[in-house]
Amino acid sequence: MNKPDTSKRQIVDGSRIMIEALARAGADAFIGYPITPANLLYSYSAQRIPIMLPAPDEITTLQWMSGLALAGHFPVTATSFPGFALMIESINMAYMMELPMVIILVQRLGPATGTATCGAQGDLLLLKGMMSGGHPTPVLCTSSFEDIWTLSAKAVEVAVKLRTPVILLTSKEEVMTQKSFDLSTLPEIKPVERKFYSSEEPYKPYKPVNYVPEFLSVEQNKHQVRITASTHNQAGILMNTDEEALANTRRLEEKVRHFLPEYTIFEHYQNQGASNLIVAFGVTAGAAKDAVTQLNKAGVPTDLLIPKTMIPTPEGYLSIMGQYEKVVIAEENMNNQFGELIFGLKKAPNQRFVGGLGKMITPQQIIKEVQS
Amino acid sequence: MTPLLNTSSLPFCKGCGHDLIAKNVAKVIDYLKINVFDTIAVTDIGCHGIIDKALNCHTVHGLHGRSTALAAGIRFGVLSPEKKIIVFVGDGGATIGLQHIMEAARLNLNLTVLVHNNFLYGMTGGQSSGLTPTGFATTTSTDGNPFTGYDLCAMSFAAGASYVARIVGIGDISKTIEKAITTNGFSLVEIMEICPSYGIKLNPKRKFTEIVEASGKPIGEWERNRAPFDFPKWKKTANLFDKLPKAETLKSTKLETPVSIVLSGSAGEGVQLAAGILTKAAMTEGLEITQKGSYPVTVGVGFSTAEINLSPSEIHFHGIDIPDYAVITSTDGLAHSRKRIEGMKSGVLFIDKSLPVPTTGAKIEQLDFRSIGARDSSLFAAFVFAKKTGIVSVDSILNVIINDGKADKLPLEKIKEALATV
Repeated sequence: MNKPDTSKRQIVDGSRIMIEALARAGADAFIGYPITPANLLYSYSAQRIPIMLPAPDEITTLQWMSGLALAGHFPVTATSFPGFALMIESINMAYMMELPMVIILVQRLGPATGTATCGAQGDLLLLKGMMSGGHPTPVLCTSSFEDIWTLSAKAVEVAVKLRTPVILLTSKEEVMTQKSFDLSTLPEIKPVERKFYSSEEPYKPYKPVNYVPEFLSVEQNKHQVRITASTHNQAGILMNTDEEALANTRRLEEKVRHFLPEYTIFEHYQNQGASNLIVAFGVTAGAAKDAVTQLNKAGVPTDLLIPKTMIPTPEGYLSIMGQYEKVVIAEENMNNQFGELIFGLKKAPNQRFVGGLGKMITPQQIIKEVQS
Repeated sequence: MTPLLNTSSLPFCKGCGHDLIAKNVAKVIDYLKINVFDTIAVTDIGCHGIIDKALNCHTVHGLHGRSTALAAGIRFGVLSPEKKIIVFVGDGGATIGLQHIMEAARLNLNLTVLVHNNFLYGMTGGQSSGLTPTGFATTTSTDGNPFTGYDLCAMSFAAGASYVARIVGIGDISKTIEKAITTNGFSLVEIMEICPSYGIKLNPKRKFTEIVEASGKPIGEWERNRAPFDFPKWKKTANLFDKLPKAETLKSTKLETPVSIVLSGSAGEGVQLAAGILTKAAMTEGLEITQKGSYPVTVGVGFSTAEINLSPSEIHFHGIDIPDYAVITSTDGLAHSRKRIEGMKSGVLFIDKSLPVPTTGAKIEQLDFRSIGARDSSLFAAFVFAKKTGIVSVDSILNVIINDGKADKLPLEKIKEALATV
């Protein structure tokens, strides 16, 4: 392993990296409501993000964010399951209205209030199904400080390009643990460019140009802007279930899927002749990296797949996983949520699972399953 | 037709007060010569909410009862008082969204909220709301509402609104709406109406004016001179990385394999501070570190534990199940880390000599950490750990304390003396 340049290292946590990255990418508003383990994100935002407001609850949080987005700002919030649950109807609204924003979901142990100070990876299937109708919302999941930096910026880019809320999925251990890290190794982040409708023609807020309608703020007074959360036509008028309105709803899903290749992000570490594959995302990817190193050193050729784009789930994951005799999926829940996302209820014959509840999965647990 | 309305035939039942409200808003916008594209109407679910199709201004149609919060978000982004933001909400929406109205009033956000109070949920079949007057019959209380309705005006005014009014939705109501729209701050007008489809049918023998009177909610207006919301002059940093101290490598580590350490003591005894100093000292020797704290939610009492990993190479997995070293300075710390200590099959347990020693496979070192005083016991334990293991040098810890300007605040001489006896 290459030794990093130790002269420039600082002690830093993932929350700080995430907020700095979002700010550099163009997030200019943060609405906060305290919840462990997302509190560092909130306090760093107070220091860094130009508009920072404390909301009285998480429904208000998403509504204020939506209003700011309508006015042309780029809002962010950070929460954990209990707060996220309150946000879901409003995230549906923002999805329907096509408002760009980022919602950081820091996973912790549930159900309900569970254990606020304990990490978990139990919210993936919630994200898969949170939109009424099952329409996918882009979900990017971080698995290292480098990811936290680049995926935060990517989340802003995808949200703007697709005019949609994007979920940045992480967990307690990733955003609260302090680590030595050379921040100078992080690539430059440029602000995401916002383009606004500029034609003289009357504005149709939901007329797609390559799947995505052009955006116009309610602050300008040149064109009328009509925005609605109800099933609507291209003019933004409630139309119940007429063909144009249903086509608009179909487009919401189609745009998220159409551009998926542009935000399909994963790592696939390959060794020659490996018949084992470890699949891990988020906080468990660290343990998986150590497991792979140790297995290969011990003469058990093993590859590693770290998916980062979780939803929509790129089909490429399935074909990668099909190339191995044994696929060990490690995730910190007790029901193999990523496995279910990929294979459904019909378990693939090569599929193995290492789960965890209330404790980080160790490299040894993964190694044991690979060798079993 | 007016500049605001694209039709004179609005989509409401005959006799519905919503029609009157929309037409009076249009009259005010016309009278004040406000550009319709400088007007943002925010509506939500309820009969009143279908007005947006008839409006020529910007229209935003959101979730049931959330219109005030959505409008608040727009106002945060558009502060100019030339932009008029008008919320159309029903009594049902005002009930479910009560918090949003109170919050906007508290902040005195420059919004106008028009509460279409027809005493029931009209769109869903005439159920009682939080604003239904006592005794008023609805489909869910056919013998008359047994509960008391909120006094929304009194509540909004108490919360800090600049202007609040309750009026009866009959005749020309434009003067009140004009006053609300021209108020630079939060304004709310509760317009009492009767739903022709459910209200009249279920209360056949009652007159509207009598219902209003019997509601016990006074007709009137309340105002105060109060500055509208503006952003506070918060100090912002341009870069969250700027003030992070660097830990330059001053010497090479002797450590060849990663080690994990659990430092466990009591709240208020400097556990996290000691861990921070130890990890920074390790970094000055070229090591990679991870550090995390755990403590009860009431952070000022009970245990405080720091989990530390030190490694000559990059750390991917930072969880610690069973540590290589456990450093225990108090009863609280022992209780929190006991299971881990019992699980140790090797490694070293450094434990204060006042504490009972659990059964463990670790080598046991009993030391007098607390002799230095409870408050500094964790820091002293970090020094002892360094001296006994050599994983981090005592000099490196001292240098971190001195370079970080903490030398005056910590009893270094006393620690050095005590350390000499270890």
